[in-house]
Parts: sequence; structure tokens; C-alpha cells
Amino acid sequence: MADFVNHILTLEDSWIGYIVAALVAAVLILHVVAVGALLFIWMERKISGRIQDRLGPTRVGGKFGWLQTLADGIKLIAKEDVTPDLADKFLFKIAPYVGLAASYAAFIALPFADGVVGQHVNTAVFFVLAVLGLEVFSVILAGYSSGSKWSLFGAMREAAQVVSYEVPLGMCVVVPVMICGTMNLTTIANMQAGFFTNWLVFNDPFTFLTAIVYFTCATAGVNRAPFDLAEAESELVAGFHTEYSGLRWSLFFMAEYSSMFIVAALASILFFGGSHGPIPIADVLGLLSLDNLGSSDPAFHVFNEDGGGFFASLNLEIAIARFLGVANLLLKGTIGVTVMMWVRWSFPRLRIDQVMTMCLKYCVPLAAVGFLGATAWQALDLPTGNSLMNSPRYSHHELWTADDSESTVEEASSNEVQTPHEDDTHAAAKAVELKTVPVSVVKGGER
Amino acid sequence: MDLFAVAWPYWHQFFFIIFAATAVGFGFGVLLSKNVVRMAFYLVLSLGSTAGLFFLAGAEFVGAMQLMIYVGGTLVLLIFGVMLTAQKDFINMDTHTQDWILATIVGGSLLMVLLFAAFGAEDWNTPQDLTDAKVEATKEATPLGLALTGIRVDTLGETDDAVQGGKAGYLMPFIIVSVHLLVVLIGAAYMARTKKLSHATDDKSSRAKLMLFKMEHEAELLEEETYVVTHRGQSALNPLDPQDDEN
Repeated sequence: MADFVNHILTLEDSWIGYIVAALVAAVLILHVVAVGALLFIWMERKISGRIQDRLGPTRVGGKFGWLQTLADGIKLIAKEDVTPDLADKFLFKIAPYVGLAASYAAFIALPFADGVVGQHVNTAVFFVLAVLGLEVFSVILAGYSSGSKWSLFGAMREAAQVVSYEVPLGMCVVVPVMICGTMNLTTIANMQAGFFTNWLVFNDPFTFLTAIVYFTCATAGVNRAPFDLAEAESELVAGFHTEYSGLRWSLFFMAEYSSMFIVAALASILFFGGSHGPIPIADVLGLLSLDNLGSSDPAFHVFNEDGGGFFASLNLEIAIARFLGVANLLLKGTIGVTVMMWVRWSFPRLRIDQVMTMCLKYCVPLAAVGFLGATAWQALDLPTGNSLMNSPRYSHHELWTADDSESTVEEASSNEVQTPHEDDTHAAAKAVELKTVPVSVVKGGER
Repeated sequence: MDLFAVAWPYWHQFFFIIFAATAVGFGFGVLLSKNVVRMAFYLVLSLGSTAGLFFLAGAEFVGAMQLMIYVGGTLVLLIFGVMLTAQKDFINMDTHTQDWILATIVGGSLLMVLLFAAFGAEDWNTPQDLTDAKVEATKEATPLGLALTGIRVDTLGETDDAVQGGKAGYLMPFIIVSVHLLVVLIGAAYMARTKKLSHATDDKSSRAKLMLFKMEHEAELLEEETYVVTHRGQSALNPLDPQDDEN
């Protein structure tokens, strides 16, 4: 991306390109967060209305009331920003931003399609989980600093719940990582390219189980009903955000909806093929071949290096393929969010002890069974859903060296594992070669 | 257009200074703040900035690890801070003068050792030719993972028998730490288990046990009671609401 901007502006390796590229990525992600929240809140109202045999919003913005959230937003901006007397003023004011920043930061490493990612993080699964875990800070800070008992109760419930549910969540996420052999989300998604039988959820019965447990734990992790004890309005007024009003209150909701989307998108990448649809349309149309997937493949850059002008340097086929990928992932994420809404309006809220029982007595053992079963399935090489369709799983295991162009060294090093003692002098020479590999230079985002 | 073609490393330095300044600044915030929860919050920000430094250096795995373990660990600290100091008396804590002196001596000597070590190592000195200095980083965590499972990628070709033992990687420490954590988990589960009640309530000791149990679980019992009350209230309002089986 940065190279492309510099190329258009006819600059050579300038910082302008990097700034523009960073701004474009940041603003695009901000739109996923903000516009996504607008859409999801509208969807929530419509879906809850339909489930309860009502119509939901119908007036604002035409037939379906699709501008209702915007009207709500304007109302919220106009409201007074109240800070209670007993509040810890500084923490009270900063708490909503902490949550929004955490759920925004998680999007940085989320690949929307092959190569369409804010920052290519090699351990993206780990990064997303780590950053999402920070969101609970905002709830605890808000609950503590409000100076209200209801808020504090809500915050402590949320803390207990999130800390507990991170255990089964982590165990579920390990399963796709184990099967794919990488923590790179782009690679995990690419390994599920092809027909939907290639998706990890259909890999074996245990991954199917793991996907369900993951989704349950993710719902609890983002504090959604039936696990929304932190804001149980029947007991705690509104829980941790009792004392908030106006725009600060809406920031909590923006954070909640964007983290709902991110766990749903993570589920679709880990288990449901990510940016690859059930039928490989792009492959069938000949836009891109399954063979040249892989973000570091030079043939797969969206923008051709040579040629002048915007359109001449745009590789249209791959751009369309990527657009399809992004649409796929957004659709899958939205479906996941819709399921969460469906669950919310269908099930009553659990009690705190039921929430803990659910986690410790059901989710943790099920996740453990899923993990052990999936491991055994891989180890015994049993037939997978993929082998029924006889479409080969795209295999792009990350190898030991950073630079993919140094393929000879990679092959050498991967052979090395199997026969480390076969020929010691030969191995020594290769090891020296390995050490001096010019690992690729991090330039702040190559695309 | 040459004006814009400034060498890239300066931007790296720019971000380094930002992250380093926030890390150090919020570190002082931890030191000078008297409110436990604010201290924990500043600690989170300081550790988060350190994670930013790791990301800047290209060590993504270590950066994410920093976020997961240190910042996540501080989260638990924050929870305990909130739980223990939510009452008025404990919100602000004063540090005694002798504590300040002791902490300054210990911390200062540690800082001196670290500074000597940092400036003593040849490789850590700033490269003279700044324009050629670019961040080099392995983008992958696979060597780390392999080393943890017993394969050291960097010593595979080692022919010297003396270092052959070191080729086993970090499997042993990894296993020891895992077992340690498992022991801690089992211990915690044992400590937190529900105490069993004997069925005979006529003899004195079991009655005392029952009393003790009630005292210990007062909050839970109360909560259940409240729940039953509110739940009944809801059911009365809405006859279609399904009754909870467990109550």
C-alpha cells in the first residue's frame, strides 16, 4: 500500500506513502467499528422486534427505519455529560475510551481478506485475543470510578466472568492453530480455501464441537446476553454504565458491538473459512487460483510494480477477488452477530452461579475434550470433511525463516528437522547459512 | 520532492520516543499516585507502552505475550485493588518516609546495574551509521515454539559435542513450569471447593459447621433469595415467562 501511494505520487521510499497508507487503513477500520455499530444497533432493534412480534423502528429514514440509530446518535450527542459527585473524575472520563480503543486495536491484526489487513502480524490470533482481553478494563474502571454500588457490582461480575471464560476460549482457539500449524490468521483462512468442506468446522466432529464452545465462550467474553450479568437491568439498574450518559454511554455500546463483530469475524476465520466463501467463486471465475494464495507471494500483489497511473497499476482481477473476500468475511461476521442477537432475545439471563457453572463445568471440559479429540484426529490421520470432497487443503505452513523469497534456505531448514544428524558438516554449513539469512526488513507495513 | 524523501529510521525513532516516554511517564505515575486503582491503571498503560516497544522492534510474539501476561495479570491486580479498597478508608494510601528511602536504594542500585549492563554490551550500542540502520526482525514465532518443544533451530548444525546438551531446547523448563502451574491450579480449586455438610444436624459440631457454612456463604444465599423474589415478581407480571426448573 505504501509503495503504491509512493508510486502514484512518484516518490521514492518516502514517509508520505507510509503516512497515507496508515491513515487509509486506520480510517477504514474506524468505519468498520463506527458504521458497523450503527448497523448492528439497528439490526438488534429490528430483530428483537420481530422476535417479540413487534415491528421495531419503522419511520426514521424510510420504510425500515434504517436511520434510527443515527437519530439516536444525534439525541445522545445533545444530552448532558453528567459526572457524579462521588466519581473518580479522571478514571470516570477515560473509561469508555479504554474499551473502544481496545476493541478498535484488535481490528488492526484482523485480515478481512487475503492481504487486506491493517498490519500483518505473524501471531495475529494471539494478538487479537490479548487485545480483546483488555476491554474488560474499561468495565472495571467504569464500575469502580462511578462511585455507585450498582456499577461496582456490575464491574466485579464482569471481571469474574471474563477472567473465567478466557480459559475455555483460549483452549478452543488452540485447536485451529494446532491443525493449521500457524498463528497467522491470513494463513489459517487461506488453508480453508476451496469448497466449504474444507472449513475447519467440518474437519472432524471435535472441531465442530470446539466451534460451538468457542462461540458460546466468545458470547460470554463480550458480555452479551444470556451472559450480560454486568448490566443486568433487573437487579443492577444498568450495571457498570449506570452513571454514564450521552456520548460516553454510547461509546460503551460502540465498543460492545465492535467486539461482538470481531469475535464473530474471528470465529469465521478460525472455523468457517474466513474470507473464502462456501464455493470458491473467485477460483471458478479464474480471478485467482488457489495456488497463488499466500500474502507474501510477489505474484499476488494487488498493485503491479511497473506501469504508470492509477488504473494501469491496478491488478483488477485480484482486486475483485479481494473485494469478494472482504464481502464474504463481513457477511460471515454479520451472520455471527445476528446469531448472538437471536440468542439474546431467545434465552433468559443466567444467574452468576449459573454463569460460573456453565464455564467451569461445561465449557472447560468440552473445550478440553475438543482439543484432545482434534489432536488425536490429526495424529491418527483420520478422514476429514476435506478428504470426502477430494479437494486438497491448501498447505502453506509457515516455515522457519521470515523471508519467503529465500525458499531454498527454507527447504534446507525444513529438511534439517527430519535428519539433523545425517551429515554433520553439511548441516553445519546450512546452519551457518540459516543464521545469515537476510531476514526481511520491517518497513511499517508492506501493504 | 526530495524534501519528502526523508530517511525512514527517523520515524522509527519518533515512535520509539513516544512509547518510551509513555512507559517511563506512567511508571512515575504508578510511583507517585496514592490511589491503588489509579496505580494499577497507570501500570497497565506503562506495560502497554512496553508492549508497543516490542511491536516496534518487530518482536510481535513477545509484544502480544506482554499484553496477555503482564497487562492481563495487572487486570487481576486491579480487580483485587477494587475489591479491597472500595471502602472509603483505603482509597488513598500514604507511603512512609523510610519506605521511600529503602525503595530508592534498592531501585537505584538495580537501575545502576541495568545501566552498566546496557552500556557495557557492544552489540547494544547505537550503530554509527544511522541511515543504514533498519530494524531487522524475524517475523515468525515458529522458532520459539519449536525451541519450547525441544528443537533449537539455531543450534541444529552444531557439531561440537560440548554444546550438544544445549540442543534439547527448552522442553524441560517448559514441562516444569507447566506442572508447577497445574499444581497451583489444583491447589486453588482445593482451597475454593465447597465444604461438605454432614447430614446429622443434632450434634453440636455439625450444627456449628452449618452455622459456619451459612456465615461463609451468606452473600450467595442472599443473592439466591433476592433472585427468587425478583424472579417470582417477573413471573407474576408475565405468565408466559417459563419457570426456572432449579428454583
